[in-house]
Amino acid sequence: MTVARSLLDKLWETHEVLRRDDGTSLLWVDRHLVHEGSHHGFAKLAARKMALAAPELTFGVVDHYAPTRTGDVAPDIRRMIQTLGDNARAAGIRLFDLHDPEQGIVHVIGPEQGLTLPGLLINCGDSHTSTHGAFGALAFGVGATEVTHILATQTVWQKRPKTLQITFDGALGAGVTAKDMALHWIAALGADGAQGFAVEYAGAAVRALSMEGRMTLCNLSIEGGARMGLIAPDDVTFAYLKGRPFAPVGAAWAAAVADWRQLHSDGDAVFDRHVSIDASAIAPTVTWGTSPEDALPITGHVPRADGGKDIRATLDYMGLDAGMALTQIAIDQVFIGSCTNGRIEDLRMAAKVLAGRQAVVPGLVSPGSALVKKQAEDEGLAQIFVQAGLEWAGAGCSMCVGMNGDLVDAGKRCASSTNRNFKGRQGRGARTHLMSPAMVAAAAVTGHLTDVRPMLEGRT
Amino acid sequence: MSGWQTLTGSAIALPEANIDTDQLIPARFMSQPRSAGYGGFLLYDARQANPDHPLDRHAAKVVVAGRNFGSGSSREAAVYALVDYGIRAVFAPSFGDIFAGNAVNNGLLTAQIDDDVAALLMARMARTAVAAQIDLGTGRATIAGQDIGFDLDPVRRQKLINGWDDIDLTAQYSNRITTFRAAHFAAHPWAMPTS
Repeated sequence: MTVARSLLDKLWETHEVLRRDDGTSLLWVDRHLVHEGSHHGFAKLAARKMALAAPELTFGVVDHYAPTRTGDVAPDIRRMIQTLGDNARAAGIRLFDLHDPEQGIVHVIGPEQGLTLPGLLINCGDSHTSTHGAFGALAFGVGATEVTHILATQTVWQKRPKTLQITFDGALGAGVTAKDMALHWIAALGADGAQGFAVEYAGAAVRALSMEGRMTLCNLSIEGGARMGLIAPDDVTFAYLKGRPFAPVGAAWAAAVADWRQLHSDGDAVFDRHVSIDASAIAPTVTWGTSPEDALPITGHVPRADGGKDIRATLDYMGLDAGMALTQIAIDQVFIGSCTNGRIEDLRMAAKVLAGRQAVVPGLVSPGSALVKKQAEDEGLAQIFVQAGLEWAGAGCSMCVGMNGDLVDAGKRCASSTNRNFKGRQGRGARTHLMSPAMVAAAAVTGHLTDVRPMLEGRT
Repeated sequence: MSGWQTLTGSAIALPEANIDTDQLIPARFMSQPRSAGYGGFLLYDARQANPDHPLDRHAAKVVVAGRNFGSGSSREAAVYALVDYGIRAVFAPSFGDIFAGNAVNNGLLTAQIDDDVAALLMARMARTAVAAQIDLGTGRATIAGQDIGFDLDPVRRQKLINGWDDIDLTAQYSNRITTFRAAHFAAHPWAMPTS
């Protein structure tokens, strides 16, 4: 009798070089993605006079500090990009540099280029590496010491996490997206609710998502505390990947797909924890506080107390009154982009809301990659954003993390399609409300947090 | 990195939940080389907003904080900021996974305690610095006169005590890695990037 295995079990076994007596595994790394922030790792490697173990499996991307607007670039930003370039050239790795026609956010271009494939183990010194789990890859973020270790050995030490299966049954309502699914479960379980777990997403509403939606869902796993998110690959996955530059071709493609079809949890696989959610009950969801767990349906109100948690400091920072309707919250600006929601489908959804309408607040739209940017321009989406009064910018992490100079000013309130509403995340003193790109577009049109659903009626 | 087993020093409370890595070190400081020293960046904006911040009143080695400490980004710079300031141990009900992994790689203890223990300690500590003693061997600490146990993954405990360096540790397995690599790509040839 064979033991039923979860998707995590299968991926783990395929990459486990060895397991120490204390239970820690040494795992083989198929893809290591580095960015400007990896400078600590390269510096540590140089200090040890070591070379890269597998430059052919290492890829560099300029994203965190990538300028998205024309004009002068601050010296420290230029230096960060230059340092990555120098390190990449010295190491002999493929670099998606600032002006590369395929440049973009690492978690957007990995899949876009077919560097991300089902069954791979993918590491990057960035917590949103969980994104790649949408393809059935074992993908997780690592710190600088681990980056150094991977550069030096192409392996990573890791203890196998527990498994949490989140099943979304039923179908999402119109105007409700993967972003809302993610904020919904994080609000229910807490921002540390999935700590120590790998989350596998399952159920009809997950299967119905496009790859873009699946990436959004897995991307936000870390906001619920899980280092890894997983979705079993299927025909939607294979169709997305076929023909991508780094994807296998010919006989290798057929062999790959045959392997990939085995990458699912067996029917009787046991999970350490299971949570079931009715997708049809999820409304467009927004955050009101400074943690992604501070999320509520747009039809709700700013809480007076949150399960005994003292929220006065949070409301002070956010400049909100307890009990006010979420739709009463007036915004100063909007941002659409990031590794969470900067893909073509995200831009299509936002453009669908904005077409023929005007934004009453300023806003920035930063596509997730140069290829997404080009596609959006070819499809006429960029024109819709510009006609609505929003700024159409270049690709990068941009205003999600504020490293490239795209910042929200202190005290200003931003409706944002990003992943973190932490204090100071988008700039010192900035106030961030997380929501889907469609909801950001709706807020841009009305000037306050708004239920997008009525605005989508009659639009297909 | 040198290991440690016992620690004596003063402890302060940061009685908030979700002290994330963006708060621990705002992104604008992250282009600095480590040699610059990261201690001054620790909780920079919170300290600017509050001139009477506990970190500026006391030279603490130990922090007691609310749940989900170090959640958020993988930036190891958050650990550098704590360590360069002089912090060697954080006690909290839960920690960001990546942060906790980064912490042990820099000799920083992330000691998990129950919610009610955290609340009790914070009530005793209030805004003052208190004496703390930690013993990694027994997994116990005394903070503000209160004897408490804490949870720590045994692997991480051993690593803190020994000051292990993973790259040195892995070097002994280099033959097994080479063998694994060959078998892995033979079994999954599609896993090698094509272009």
